[in-house]
Amino acid sequence: MATQDASLVASPARRAVRRVRQLEDERKLAFLLLAPTGILLGLFIAYPFVTGIWLALTDTRVGVPGDFVGLKNFVKIWNDSIFRIAVWNTVWYTFVTTVFKLALGLWLAVLLNRHFRGKAFVRAFVLLPFIIPTVLSTFAWKWMFDPTFSVLNWLLWKLGIIDARINWLGDPDLALWSVMVVNIWRGVPFYAITLLAGLQTISPELHEAAAIDGARPWQRFWYVTWPLLLPVTMVVTLFSVIQTFADFQLVYVLTGGGPANATQLFATYAYQLGIGTGLLSEGAAISLAMFPILFLVVILQLLYIRRVETR
Amino acid sequence: MAGVSIRQVNKLYDGAVHAVKDVSLEIHDKEFVVLVGPSGCGKTTTLRMVAGLESITSGEVLIGDTVVNELPPMDRDIAMVFQNYALYPHMSVFDNMAFGLKMRKFARAEIQARVKQAADILGIHELLHRKPRQLSGGQRQRVALGRAIVRHPQVFLFDEPLSNLDAKLRVQMRVELKKLHERLGTTAIYVTHDQVEAMTLGDRVVVMKDGLVQQVGEPLELYNAPANRFVAGFLGSPAMNFVEVRLAERGGALWAEGDGLRIQPLPEQAGRLARLNGGRATLGVRPEDLRIANGSDPEGLCFEADIEVIEKLGAQILLDTRAGSHTIVASVEPTVRARVHDRLRLAINPDRLHFFDAANEAAI
Repeated sequence: MATQDASLVASPARRAVRRVRQLEDERKLAFLLLAPTGILLGLFIAYPFVTGIWLALTDTRVGVPGDFVGLKNFVKIWNDSIFRIAVWNTVWYTFVTTVFKLALGLWLAVLLNRHFRGKAFVRAFVLLPFIIPTVLSTFAWKWMFDPTFSVLNWLLWKLGIIDARINWLGDPDLALWSVMVVNIWRGVPFYAITLLAGLQTISPELHEAAAIDGARPWQRFWYVTWPLLLPVTMVVTLFSVIQTFADFQLVYVLTGGGPANATQLFATYAYQLGIGTGLLSEGAAISLAMFPILFLVVILQLLYIRRVETR
Repeated sequence: MAGVSIRQVNKLYDGAVHAVKDVSLEIHDKEFVVLVGPSGCGKTTTLRMVAGLESITSGEVLIGDTVVNELPPMDRDIAMVFQNYALYPHMSVFDNMAFGLKMRKFARAEIQARVKQAADILGIHELLHRKPRQLSGGQRQRVALGRAIVRHPQVFLFDEPLSNLDAKLRVQMRVELKKLHERLGTTAIYVTHDQVEAMTLGDRVVVMKDGLVQQVGEPLELYNAPANRFVAGFLGSPAMNFVEVRLAERGGALWAEGDGLRIQPLPEQAGRLARLNGGRATLGVRPEDLRIANGSDPEGLCFEADIEVIEKLGAQILLDTRAGSHTIVASVEPTVRARVHDRLRLAINPDRLHFFDAANEAAI
């Protein structure tokens, strides 16, 4: 009886114990541990996303709260020729740079995976383009592309390859390619380092076994390295495609989308319309137009990764 | 099939670490040779130089009559089984075994036939469509063996192939390897740090230490007549007992006197020891060459010892005893009744005494 009475008296220590007990319920604990992430995601991803959708369905402008207009903005951008150029530019820009970044990154990763003197130093060095703030390195590129002060022109001229200045960023035929070069330069380290990490999980014994089995270096790469690296490659490419598709900084600093929209991408055009001219709702509609395309890319790649991993 | 000649082979890493020193070995056709030694003794490096996975700093390796120093692994006509199996994780068991044949452009029918034959020999027929990760350790090891035998190579190279298996499976696979070698008759070089594997598998055993070959011979030859103290201590379990002794002539006979025991070598051995009279040596005696003394044992081969630990293994009993400052292990019949702290009189089997030079550790 005495013990029963004691249990009815809720002393502070006893309450603390009860609170801890409640945490032993895994569902409550899981909820508690997930809460911070949930709040952050909700505040910084879900809320802006939903607001973006709402904006795209109104005719809001800077300083003018808008009314619901349905899909009018989407119809408008669908008929916008600059938007079509931006879509095509973005797809082409993403495709070309991804192919080059993957090829060069893989090549670099295979090279860095060998043993040589100063390996650690070179590996760190390779990361430089990736760790320098994009805006800074892009300004440096802008100088290199400058028609008058261009070190590239100077070099080509000294080597006798050209006899007239090339306007790298001013020529509509060249501008997108110039921007692509900078994107590739900046993106290769990410591929190289990530693929290098993937390569290092492949046991060297497999290569030795294949060498003894009679596979030549190229065959060892094709039959052993490539299939084992594929899941990592898919993940890297997935991240990179998303980033490249939504690229903004590079183009904004180098060309601002010009000349004559030759380098206009989704993000730059959305910015130009939404912030530049204050048509918030149309800018939001353009941003949202990226979403179904990226969503499809993500779904396809995730399905593929799952197939590779369960094979 | 072919023999392997290793002639004065050296391996230096970065010009500094001398991993293999002047190793010379003649491995005959169809012979099963085991390289054994503690880790870092150069046995694996030697094997990898034969395989072509490691460059040869100096010396020559011949497979058959061909110097293979500059040949890439694929042109040496060898097959290797790795410690971690090194199966291609993304390929089925069939493809793992067929890979070497595909690379060598064998006809499809021939590949099928050879893989089937190897799978039959190894009893892995029902596993052919599985992936390596769906297999147990023992099954993986069989697949690795299968990958080696489908190629019908001149030489098999084994790099500690059983060390990732549990003890029971290891014993089983050891027997199977032995049978497989008898059936195929392919020359084999086998690297292990396990002296039991070395003794049971090898036609001949090569004991290595610090990059040097210590002794080459048939298993019992090494066991009964070790060339030096290292070989004596490395082979045999429990290991040989060693006692530091001083050699002294007393009453016309040579005695080996250590802390806690005085032993009189047999006349023939005493003759060889005579030059060390007054000097130091190491006396070695294997646990199974010790027994409980009876009245007829000569005084010069007996000593007193106190039992400290008794290990009852079943087929034998190990007595960890103390004689003076030395711990001496004796392996005795399971019928012996003894208790801890008992004082015993132990006798050494007369012709089973080993002596080693105190300076260079060579057998005397």
